[in-house]
Amino acid sequence: MSSELSAPPRPAQVVFYNDPKVRSVAYQLALCAVVAFLVYGAASNAIENLARAHIASGFGFWNNTAGFDISQTLIKYSARGSTYGRAFWVGLLNTLLVAGVGIFFATIIGFVIGISRLSRNWLLAKVAGGYVEIIRNLPLLLQLLFWYNAVLKALPDIRESIAISGGIFLNNRGLFLPQPIFKSGFGAVEIALLAGIVGAVAFYIWARKRQERTGQQAPMLWVALVLVMGLPLAAVGFTGFPLGFEFPQAGRFNITGGVEILPEFAALLFGLSIYTAAFIAEVVRAGILAVSRGQSEAAYSLGLRPGPTLRLVVVPQAMRVIIPPLTSQYLNLTKNSSLAVAIGYPDLVQVFTGTVLNQTGQAVEVVAVTMFVYLVISLGTSLLMNIYNSRMALAER
Amino acid sequence: MKRFATVLGLVVAVAAQSASAQTLKAVKDRGMLNCGANGTLAGFGLPDAQGKWTGLDVDFCRALAAAILNDAEKVKFVPLSTKDRFTALQSGEVDVLARNTTWTSSRDTSLGLNFVGVNYYDGQGFMVRMSLKVNSALELNGAAICVQQGTTTELNLADYFGAAKMQLKTVTFATANEAVKAYDAGRCDAYTTDASALYAEKLRVANPNEHVILPEIISKEPLGPVVRHGDDQWFDIVKWTLFAMIDAEELNISSKTLDEALKSNNPEIKRFVGTEGNYGEQLGLSKDWAVRIIKLVGNYGESFERNVGQGSPLKIERGLNKLWNKGGIQYAPPIR
Repeated sequence: MSSELSAPPRPAQVVFYNDPKVRSVAYQLALCAVVAFLVYGAASNAIENLARAHIASGFGFWNNTAGFDISQTLIKYSARGSTYGRAFWVGLLNTLLVAGVGIFFATIIGFVIGISRLSRNWLLAKVAGGYVEIIRNLPLLLQLLFWYNAVLKALPDIRESIAISGGIFLNNRGLFLPQPIFKSGFGAVEIALLAGIVGAVAFYIWARKRQERTGQQAPMLWVALVLVMGLPLAAVGFTGFPLGFEFPQAGRFNITGGVEILPEFAALLFGLSIYTAAFIAEVVRAGILAVSRGQSEAAYSLGLRPGPTLRLVVVPQAMRVIIPPLTSQYLNLTKNSSLAVAIGYPDLVQVFTGTVLNQTGQAVEVVAVTMFVYLVISLGTSLLMNIYNSRMALAER
Repeated sequence: MKRFATVLGLVVAVAAQSASAQTLKAVKDRGMLNCGANGTLAGFGLPDAQGKWTGLDVDFCRALAAAILNDAEKVKFVPLSTKDRFTALQSGEVDVLARNTTWTSSRDTSLGLNFVGVNYYDGQGFMVRMSLKVNSALELNGAAICVQQGTTTELNLADYFGAAKMQLKTVTFATANEAVKAYDAGRCDAYTTDASALYAEKLRVANPNEHVILPEIISKEPLGPVVRHGDDQWFDIVKWTLFAMIDAEELNISSKTLDEALKSNNPEIKRFVGTEGNYGEQLGLSKDWAVRIIKLVGNYGESFERNVGQGSPLKIERGLNKLWNKGGIQYAPPIR
């Protein structure tokens, strides 16, 4: 018996087409070929038929004059002097702006609400719970319309603007802020700011090393504040205030000059941040609950107060659970920003898939480009979050 | 999402369609005409509380259904936004688009569509608050203006302000509803669209008496029905339905005088009602195709007065839309 077992098993003689490996590769190749053929067939058929129906195709429109106006442009744009391609970039930047700022606020609100929901303070926990349950269960589009109308209705007419000191105006056309104008000599202030940031980072590294060595803590916050804020302020004083402001001026119809924050942007930002924050709060709560109670008990027994326990022991471990679902919330926020079209914010979908599509009539190309752009934004966000996740992941020893 | 679905539909439909789709046969087989309509614009296309559609464009689709199916009610109205209207027509979702659509060269040539004619000569105007004390569009320098997206309006606006070297703040909305609501809430100083629609929208703002429509008309907006490129028979039928309505008014044939017309000895009228010649058959329709239109819907003048003229809340003057022999420019080739 034993001699039979120890003999190496002889490979069974099978014909190559019965070999499971060969078979599986062959099947997959066949499937790929079929899919590729279908895609090619659909694409070439569509192109041929578009041509036969005399529907223009291709990207020739990209360099044609746009001819329409956009309310918020982060780059230089004019109706008569810019192309459809330029309008695409204007829309894309507007999408990225609202998504980026929205992610920032949604994360902050979400973490605060999520942690509050676990608070021992009954009122705080219930308020946070109520927030999550109400916001999460109402359709986002309704919330956007609500915020937009709330913003428009609550604010006064332009001719009765609320004038806040320092040349700031608030009305139903937006928030108007003075625009800083940098005069010569401002370079010194920028250098001072840079030096302050470098100094603060260096101090942080030094303080960490010292704490590891001696256990002594340094007043990190105060030193950083003095370096980052104080140095530039001192530079401003020395160079004789090289900073001017362009103040908003009331014209016959509108306030001109200065920086303008549109009510459409504000409403979209509110809506997206508040809506997504409710989901992030639940993600955060789940993450914190996933850290075993023993961890915080061990921290307390070492003498750590509740604040540092949360910050140094619980949250870092919870992050491992939080990051993957947090990523999908970020992606949701970015994609949901396309609802901007309902409230007149000129995002990518409104400008490009809306006006450009309609003026050129090239639905297939425009929609394909838009889908590709959202795919790239989403995959990019996902990639960044995965890098962050791998840094936060448990280092297996 | 609806947009992506429509485009996907377009790809599939375009991929499956033969070059000259037999639209007439499809409509007859279906027993129903699919008509792309506005859905939110009083006077042109709007369903009432009971779901009954009325409007100048709606009447046009009813006339087409009357000519083909002898029943003005056999129309399925598909409400379309300015953004979706051409895609819906290209993909075959509707047989004809009658949705106050401006005829321009690029739309006629690059979209694979054909405009059949003009059922309303319009132009773009502005509505402002009376309290602004603006008397002319040329005083709107620096104004914020609400506009609906995907329209010729959006382009004319930029052109007009550019030519007059005036500053402009455009706020663009996907639908006319939202644009008017924002204007009414004070987001903009002015609302701009085709003058005919301004009359309709003026009735919808909170206090219509506090708003005024400025005298300037800044563009030519010939509005008309549209069909797909490549089906010439269908193109002819839709075109001649429009001409028949206009010719009927010129010949004084209305839904009230139709019985007299049927007994008339006037050769022009005889050709129209089909008691002489075979003009209906030449179109691929029945002999009495034009009679059906007038009996079930009425002539152009009747439709105009009922929907946008003195018989309607809009009370728009006929102006350019009077017949050519009454001081306007509505003119249709003869049936013979």
